[in-house]
Amino acid sequence: MNAPDAKTAPKAARRHAAGHPTPLLDGVEKVTGKAIYTADMNDADALVGRILRSPVSHGRILRIDTAAAEALPGVIAIVTGADCDKTYGVIPIAMNEYPMARDTVRYRGEPVAAVAAIDADTAARALELIALEIEELPAVHTTRDARQPGAPQLHDNKPGNIEREVHHEFGDVSAGFQAASLVREASFHCAEVNHAQMEPHAALAEYDAERDRLTLHSVTQVPFYVHLTLARCLDMDTSRIRVVKPFVGGGFGARTETLNFEIIAALLARKARGKVMMRLSREESIITHRGRPATDIDLKIGLDDTGRITAVECSVTQAGGAYAGYGLVTILYAGALLHGIYDIGAVRYDGWRVYTNTPPCGAMRGHGTVDVRHAFECLLDRMAREMGLDPFELRQRNLLQAPTRTLNELMVNSYGLGECLARVKKASGWDARKGKLPPGRGLGLACSHYVSGAAKPVHWTGEPHAVVSMKLDFDGAVTVLTGASDIGQGSTTIVALAAAEVLNIDLARIRVVTNDSVITPKDNGSYSSRVTFMVGNAAIQAAEELKRKLLSAAAEKLDADPEDIEPGEYFHVRGARQSALPFREVALAALAREGTITVKGSFTCPPESQGGKHRGGAVGSTMGFSYAAQVVEVSVDPDTGQITVEKVWAALDCGYAINPLAVEGQIEGSVWMGMGQALSEETRYQDGLPAHAGLLDYKVPTMVESPDIEVHIVESIDPLGPFGAKEAGEGALSGFPPALANAVQDATGLDMDVLPLSPDRVLDALRKARRKPARKEAS
Amino acid sequence: MKRILDLKINGAACEDAVADNMLLIDYLRDQKGLTGTKQGCDGGECGACTVLVDGKPRLACVTLAHDCAGAEIETIEGQSRNGRLSALQRAFHENLGAQCGFCTPGMIMAAEALLRRNPDPDDDAIKRALGGNLCRCTGYIKIIRSVRAAAAMLARDAA
Repeated sequence: MNAPDAKTAPKAARRHAAGHPTPLLDGVEKVTGKAIYTADMNDADALVGRILRSPVSHGRILRIDTAAAEALPGVIAIVTGADCDKTYGVIPIAMNEYPMARDTVRYRGEPVAAVAAIDADTAARALELIALEIEELPAVHTTRDARQPGAPQLHDNKPGNIEREVHHEFGDVSAGFQAASLVREASFHCAEVNHAQMEPHAALAEYDAERDRLTLHSVTQVPFYVHLTLARCLDMDTSRIRVVKPFVGGGFGARTETLNFEIIAALLARKARGKVMMRLSREESIITHRGRPATDIDLKIGLDDTGRITAVECSVTQAGGAYAGYGLVTILYAGALLHGIYDIGAVRYDGWRVYTNTPPCGAMRGHGTVDVRHAFECLLDRMAREMGLDPFELRQRNLLQAPTRTLNELMVNSYGLGECLARVKKASGWDARKGKLPPGRGLGLACSHYVSGAAKPVHWTGEPHAVVSMKLDFDGAVTVLTGASDIGQGSTTIVALAAAEVLNIDLARIRVVTNDSVITPKDNGSYSSRVTFMVGNAAIQAAEELKRKLLSAAAEKLDADPEDIEPGEYFHVRGARQSALPFREVALAALAREGTITVKGSFTCPPESQGGKHRGGAVGSTMGFSYAAQVVEVSVDPDTGQITVEKVWAALDCGYAINPLAVEGQIEGSVWMGMGQALSEETRYQDGLPAHAGLLDYKVPTMVESPDIEVHIVESIDPLGPFGAKEAGEGALSGFPPALANAVQDATGLDMDVLPLSPDRVLDALRKARRKPARKEAS
Repeated sequence: MKRILDLKINGAACEDAVADNMLLIDYLRDQKGLTGTKQGCDGGECGACTVLVDGKPRLACVTLAHDCAGAEIETIEGQSRNGRLSALQRAFHENLGAQCGFCTPGMIMAAEALLRRNPDPDDDAIKRALGGNLCRCTGYIKIIRSVRAAAAMLARDAA
């Protein structure tokens, strides 16, 4: 049933538990409808929470009068900006957002007040009864407007609306360009996109007035950050707060920071001295946003006559929306991950993160790197064409040699990009088919990479990066306690597989308890693809500790040396199976010594993984990079401009596939998400009004237009990864848009500089090209 | 105004006082506690709330509960029999047709309607039948594979 396809099967050795395609441990709940997501929780005794939002892009709040709403029978509590004067934000040095606006609103849809009422109708009526008077101010919705001299300023301490400016130079860039025999420049624009995770936002807050305690269930990827933010914004001791993450219906970065509705639900619950269920509509979920910013990229690449990249100059401007969020990390990522994939002589990077009167951007799958990778791989392809080099050949000439450190001090210990290239080249039949397809059909290639966890977390506490606890008790079950947030990617299963592998026991003996702050160890959360690497390593260490205790007890019973004993469902002295002891018997012998056994394991990213000493040097630093190459085949309809993706061949180096089934799923999902951004997805604002705040207008690809994706797993065995593993869920995303654009070029001769390549844009370009058939290439 | 609504849900007869304007999804989730049926959008855009009404897939978020008077409703909760997963449930579980799982109940119900109509669908037939059900995790590859695996399972059982 679950044997992987022969062509996709990874080559590394199979182990006892790791390395086998394994259905998710919590999969049965999902297919039976028993999985309880936040919005599904029992709210029979809960009030309904609703948020009143700003109707303007920019304005001064003159008056919020809640008297009429408060007088409405059934309204229990109303909160406004006056109820919370604490700012919040995921970056400790950039907290500039209030849960509800105070004095100034900065985007349409920004929360200004909220009500808790006995039912939805009453809550809706109460919102209408709140008198909100706003003096509208001039607004800026694009980076161009925001950077004009004299433009309206969003934040007093940020002149020119520049949230963060980055200027990095590594190596001698001017010498690099002088040594180049071909230098080309191009400008790209990528539209803003949204995660559109299938589960709309929701939070259930319960305040225990008798004991001054707060419990929040939420859709978060980062319960620990939510916990800290609630303590700050409600001015409560962290010990009085409990945060629980139930099943979560996808994240993709939408939930990697505390979101306003989570704080508002808690504020309402405390004021109402009760329980409040806050379910956001799809429109509100999209307005809450934190997606990938609209990005402008000016890129210049120099190649010497052998095709080696001598120098790169890149400037990036991101429209960050109205508040900081992850912004400074995003603009740093955009530059940092110019490195780490190819051997480049010198790199200059200039980045500007700009405030605009639109919903705040944040982290989205492939954080900061996707649009820059698009530009890079497109321009590289154009230059290969000009040099008469095959796109594969040009990339192969610029591969890194691992282990190495990049110019900006990123650590690269394992590097499977060369094998990824070889795999997709062969699988796609590139040599036989490239350039020989009928008109309107084309093949394109691109490469990409991503970090396996940020080596320096945004909340730097000095603690280990991950901790996992394990409990063994009278029942002989191994209970793993972890704060790792499973949002569908399968982290719970990875942790269990790691334990089963080390202890050599059945997966069925293991239960995993996750994400309840009163029970499970703290975890920084599911972001930057950190969980498999960091939590996986911590789980291995905890299991090793448990194994040591079990082997010691078994040794006494078997009258043997612990080193000679093989653990498992039956412990036995190697080569002497007749005296095997069942697992539970060994467990009881170990318990007799000390009672219930609890062990823990931890993982800390060593200093050498934490990046350079330059300002912002921690961003991009990681224990290891995943690498991906993909070939996309398209056909383009010359009459409609419609692009059809016929097939994708994607190879990803994930170090080692602990769960090959989940790795395949992650690669397929990330390639496909890149396809959405490349073909059809974009948020749009009409004078700041979100115009694509629904799943009809925000065009996520349906099954009908989704292609077959042939996945190849490459295993480079990272020396520090758990069993050699690295990340698998993000690295392949950023390769899709440029591979598609390169395929469209192959099919039509068009160099497209804008994303998404929607039919209207392609048709415009086709018509323009027909009018000017002698268009100069790569000018 | 509330009126009595008679219908069957997963084989069991129900008689409830239900508001005229109550949507089927709210009736199932809030009044019957059947939260397996999901709301993923603001009305008719994502397919997560797909249930079967007299065997046909319907979006519970744009269907009035009273429009189902006398009908047989099937939801994800009724798919397992005697504690055994249905063929589609088993196939989605074993083939990773579900990642986050939020679209899964609607996806399985739409696929159930398809397999009853066409026990051996090819990829195109699956894409047509499930084209209104959005998934954001899988790229649909393993969903298509799951539906085909379920069809093969059912064919084996029937043989």
